[in-house]
Amino acid sequence: MSAKTLYDKIWDSHIVRCGEDGTALIYIDRHLVHEVTSPQAFEGLRLAGRTLWRQGANLAVPDHNVPTTHRDQGISDPVSRTQVETLDQNCDEFGIQEFSMLDPRQGIVHIVGPEQGATLPGMTVVCGDSHTSTHGAFGALAFGIGTSEVEHVLATQCLIQRKSKNMRIRVESELPCGVTAKDIALAIIGHIGTAGGNRHVIEFAGSAITGLSMEGRMTLCNMTIEAGARAGMVAVDQKTIDYVQGRPFSPTDDQWDQAVLAWTDLHSDDDAVFDVELVLDATDIVPQVTWGTSPEMVVPISGKVPDPNDEPDAVKQSAMKKALAYMDLESGTAIVDIKPDKVFIGSCTNGRVEDLREAAAVVGDGQVAGNIKLAMVVPGSGLVKQQAEQEGLDRIFLDAGFEWRDPGCSMCLAMNADRLEPGERCASTSNRNFEGRQGQGGRTHLVSPAMAAAAAIAGHFVDIREVQRSLPQRHGVHRPRYPLEG
Amino acid sequence: MEKFEKLNGIVVPLDRPNVDTDAIIPKQFLKSVKRSGFGPNLFDEWRYLDHGEPGQDNSDRPLNPKFILNHNRYHEAQILLARDNFGCGSSREHAPWALVDYGIKVIIAPSFADIFFNNCFKNGLLPIVMERTVLDGLFQQTADTDGYRLLVDLEAQTVTPSNGEPIGFEVDTFRKHCLLNGLDDISLTLEHVDDIRAYEQRRQQEAPWLF
Ligand code: SF4
Repeated sequence: MSAKTLYDKIWDSHIVRCGEDGTALIYIDRHLVHEVTSPQAFEGLRLAGRTLWRQGANLAVPDHNVPTTHRDQGISDPVSRTQVETLDQNCDEFGIQEFSMLDPRQGIVHIVGPEQGATLPGMTVVCGDSHTSTHGAFGALAFGIGTSEVEHVLATQCLIQRKSKNMRIRVESELPCGVTAKDIALAIIGHIGTAGGNRHVIEFAGSAITGLSMEGRMTLCNMTIEAGARAGMVAVDQKTIDYVQGRPFSPTDDQWDQAVLAWTDLHSDDDAVFDVELVLDATDIVPQVTWGTSPEMVVPISGKVPDPNDEPDAVKQSAMKKALAYMDLESGTAIVDIKPDKVFIGSCTNGRVEDLREAAAVVGDGQVAGNIKLAMVVPGSGLVKQQAEQEGLDRIFLDAGFEWRDPGCSMCLAMNADRLEPGERCASTSNRNFEGRQGQGGRTHLVSPAMAAAAAIAGHFVDIREVQRSLPQRHGVHRPRYPLEG
Repeated sequence: MEKFEKLNGIVVPLDRPNVDTDAIIPKQFLKSVKRSGFGPNLFDEWRYLDHGEPGQDNSDRPLNPKFILNHNRYHEAQILLARDNFGCGSSREHAPWALVDYGIKVIIAPSFADIFFNNCFKNGLLPIVMERTVLDGLFQQTADTDGYRLLVDLEAQTVTPSNGEPIGFEVDTFRKHCLLNGLDDISLTLEHVDDIRAYEQRRQQEAPWLF
């Protein structure tokens, strides 16, 4: 038998049938559902008189439209409310398990899945949401689908797919202090571009990746979609198994032992061949900040806003000019001189408890700078929120002047009331800096949680490596010293 | 799904890379629980000078005269020329729904984001991948010629300018077949119910923890 990549293995074990032209019917193990991309799919089922193929494979949670304050009072925007209520009704009607808005387990779908053990190694996981790539951190094949495909999965538990190509990105050596999974993701996107992964599934490997926690791997796989790839994945190791064990949807007893045995094969064979392979040195990676309106428009914190005239490609040059105008930035401005108006810590990229710990460690007993109009922390799920509160992280944020909110997508895409006003600039731990993403006319700079927290305290972007050198190992003990306190 | 065979349509050039689905249809319109009616809000933030909200009457909103779709000569456009990585970002199928609802039937670009590309085929919208240098020529001709048209023939897999030679393009056989015949994926898959059941039985033996 020829050597296989991790992607090959999962793909092969999910083929229901394969046509002569390479079009395959692929079985889907887990389907996650949220309120934005599902109503038309349920409606489609109803209109065609179809039923659900397998109820237990689905798990639903509202996240995009839910308010992050005064949730007990319901959703004030009637259109958002209808969408969330439609999900509730559809789940009731079709018998799908749902963590509804007031359930303590509610949260962003990509945080809830792994947290519940609903995402397991070797699975195929889909959701009507591009950041489904997150779940690849567990050695699963996970990708986003459109609403027609949501309907297809509901009705058949399968999808019609063609296989993507194999790409491997190895990040070797140890990550320098202050550099996180978010920075690896942004550095990779800066390197290969937002279309760099088109038609590929990317496996992340190398010592810097195996060194990451499961949370870090999720952050990295989450952003794979921003590199244009179909999915991102990381091989299963002991960390994966330890994370999954004991979660509500995880197998138990004999089935657990059987599963663990099967999961040990979830890695690429030594002599597997990749269509594209890339090697990066972790020690070259510096904390990253995006300056433009595409995640590939990114520079190290030590850098400057680039000059479009240095870009030889005419199409790119014109895009850079548009981005500079939109972001109201001048070429040559040092990144550390950029001052955000708002700070957002949260999203499916960086809304897990480890992210909140990292941010809290940087906040220490500092105060949000006077020029920051709003600094908010939005935990990724109700359980993340509980855990953070048990650890006292909420106190650190609240004492510093951050708002501590209820879980949801919030200002990652501003479908609820949390948004930027036109012209406002935001240091954000989310994943997209597109025009208008966080509110019409809003300007987004993507950063890691530690970098966002540091910017909130200093009132401008700062090199977290300099801050962290002065930090104690654990959070909340000493006040960090900032190079240029705002 | 509506069939797609041939189309002779006016071409509109959207000359920027990485056009994301947030730009194609901004998030506030995603709150709809319907599949139709997104056309008036296609490219909402670029197309209008004010802020659009769902349910609004769009006919008296101030148009952005600089945005290409608002130029008189492109009013009836059905073919969109685009740049690299068109449709990147969110998986929202509202993006192809909005394009189709507006009247776009073909998009030609050097590359597309994967999920968007898939979503197009489910909605009778044909995405064509074309080499950058060839596409540059089409951009140029569109700019130079008022009412510039292309004839897109899916069966023959060609794009033909009114005054030029046919340009060939590649398309997946299965998807071509579905588009030409307006086939619905779900009914196709449900022809294989026995295969799905057999797979489930086998898999349940091998990996019972998945069921
Ligand atoms: S947090 Fe942002 S990126 Fe993640 S699912 Fe929600 S809206 Fe999408």
